[in-house]
Amino acid sequence: MKTYSQVFSEVDGAALIPFFVIGDPDFETSIEIVKAAIDAGADILELGIPFSDPIADGPTIQKADIRSLSNGMTVKKALEFIKQIKVHRDIPIGLLMYYNLVYQYGTEKFFSDFHKAGVNSVLIADLSIDDADEVADPARGAGLDTVFMVTPNTDAERMKLIASKTTGFIYTVSVLGVTGSRNELSGAVEGLVKKIKGVTDVPVCVGFGISKPEHAKTVAAAGADGVIIGSKIVGLIEENLDDKDKAVAEISEFIATVKQALAEGPTQ
Amino acid sequence: MKQKGRFGDYGGFYVPEVLIPALEELEEAFYRFYEDDEFVSELEDLSRHYAGRPSPLYYAKRFSEHVGCKVYLKREDLLHGGAHKVNNTLGQGLLAKYMGKTKLIAETGAGQHGLATAMIGALFGMETKIFMGVVDIERQSVNVHKMKLCGAEVIDVEGGTGTLKDAINDALRYWTAHVTDTFYLFGSACGPHPYPTIVKHFQICIGIEARQQCLDEIGRLPDMVLACVGGGSNAIGIFNEFIDDKDVKLIGIEAGGRSLSSGRHAATLVAGRVGVLHGAKAYLLQDDEGQVYETESVSAGLDYPAVGPEHCMLKDSGRVEYVAAEDKEVLDAFELLSKTEGILPALESAHALAHLVGLKGKLDPETVVVVNLSGRGDKDVGIVEKYRPVKD
Repeated sequence: MKTYSQVFSEVDGAALIPFFVIGDPDFETSIEIVKAAIDAGADILELGIPFSDPIADGPTIQKADIRSLSNGMTVKKALEFIKQIKVHRDIPIGLLMYYNLVYQYGTEKFFSDFHKAGVNSVLIADLSIDDADEVADPARGAGLDTVFMVTPNTDAERMKLIASKTTGFIYTVSVLGVTGSRNELSGAVEGLVKKIKGVTDVPVCVGFGISKPEHAKTVAAAGADGVIIGSKIVGLIEENLDDKDKAVAEISEFIATVKQALAEGPTQ
Repeated sequence: MKQKGRFGDYGGFYVPEVLIPALEELEEAFYRFYEDDEFVSELEDLSRHYAGRPSPLYYAKRFSEHVGCKVYLKREDLLHGGAHKVNNTLGQGLLAKYMGKTKLIAETGAGQHGLATAMIGALFGMETKIFMGVVDIERQSVNVHKMKLCGAEVIDVEGGTGTLKDAINDALRYWTAHVTDTFYLFGSACGPHPYPTIVKHFQICIGIEARQQCLDEIGRLPDMVLACVGGGSNAIGIFNEFIDDKDVKLIGIEAGGRSLSSGRHAATLVAGRVGVLHGAKAYLLQDDEGQVYETESVSAGLDYPAVGPEHCMLKDSGRVEYVAAEDKEVLDAFELLSKTEGILPALESAHALAHLVGLKGKLDPETVVVVNLSGRGDKDVGIVEKYRPVKD
């Protein structure tokens, strides 16, 4: 199974990490979209299992969660989804989700089953480092990397603590707020990436509010090892609900454009 | 965080990383000020002169005759704003002031906490935003208007079922983006640590007064204390002082909605399973995989799928018994108290009365029961009219 570190060492510049809600808008279309994203140049996948109360997500991903759930997505089907994606390509997969779904499944069993299906890490949006012991040991025991978040208001001491418990990569949140595309990239990104790089060698991936190829370039130029794009891509699904082929085509094109921008390197 | 915020295994602070510094700041400020002489005396002064504490303990003679025991009402409905909510909003509002915060946000279901926050925003001159589900805005329009009159902005929450759960989701999301200058004034004894502890601290005055009033006015402790439970702040507020009085039976009444068997209710402790929502591990109404159920209750203030962590611990230990009252019984109790005492109870509080009415004929006539009448029912007149039109 391909690891995050393999990808970070192979990729020239920053890795491109699109985020999708599993089963959005329905199982089959979602499989098609994610496969197309891989073919268009995604290096790592960040996948969400939909939850009824996603408090860290803005309107775009909330709506995707509702679409997916109302079309019958379940945690068990998410397991099947991941297996099918891994047949298409051995690409590292990080899950981004909420704790109650893991807790109800049974934490150890969840990690073990999803690791076997091909997942590399499980980031729980509503579980901070303070309660990490509830998941970190079972996650490592199952063979998973443990990814945690750093935000613009995380102080240096806490950053070190988070880094010490993190393997795989640090998920760096670029803005104070929930997920969602924003026209302007937060000015805090560069300083934040440098600050984290100053305390740890763990790779740093940046997400939240990245919606344009130029944003991705700026984040990469700031020294990030990966760029995570969620709401912008999920928004393309929402805009094309009546035309699935168009959704697939637009997402492929967007990912290819960002990939190209990242390959060109920083604008001088 | 300095503390784990656990009640047994329940509670904790299951929140996104971005909120941790704000919760740490809140915890630190609470422990710095809650016993501070200046803070305590300012809060006592406001509780007395602004909110109207202490609230009376009233012997409801005609209602008692109907039920067949001695019923005493702890009249939190007489407080400013019409509910116990002001105890907490004064305390947290003052804490916000001492912390130098200038903006308040709050979630609300029935609008009682929203109104109590809007009042305090006006009192302290703070910019106030209230998050409220669209369904609740419609069924509690009088409170929405009152909040606006107090200068608060009421923000419509359309997501989910448009009720309290969704209002909390959006208030948390807003707070995530505005943590640096905004104080989240949480309304019940649930949510992430330190809220269950803070809200309880500002509500235990109910039980402290009630226990002393029993000793002074009845000459003994009550046999039973009843309170409705949504998030659980009025209940923990009155129960806490009686926890060590082992002979005092404590009963929490949840919203049975249409009926427990229909699945359309909000009886979390009676029918839920342990899970994690809104920052705390607690009983939760959810499906097998952990998706949170839509709840239903005639009372917007109890229409919530989770519950305060301390109540979960008290349920497991058996110290408090938790039961449910269905909408129909609640409306009957609303009418009964109105007709026998001329007191319109909030539909939330009417749940506690409904359970007591259900015990009619099973209690010794000398049994002394204290019911926490947590709020007044003026806000609910429209709803009651819809279900039970008054005949001329």
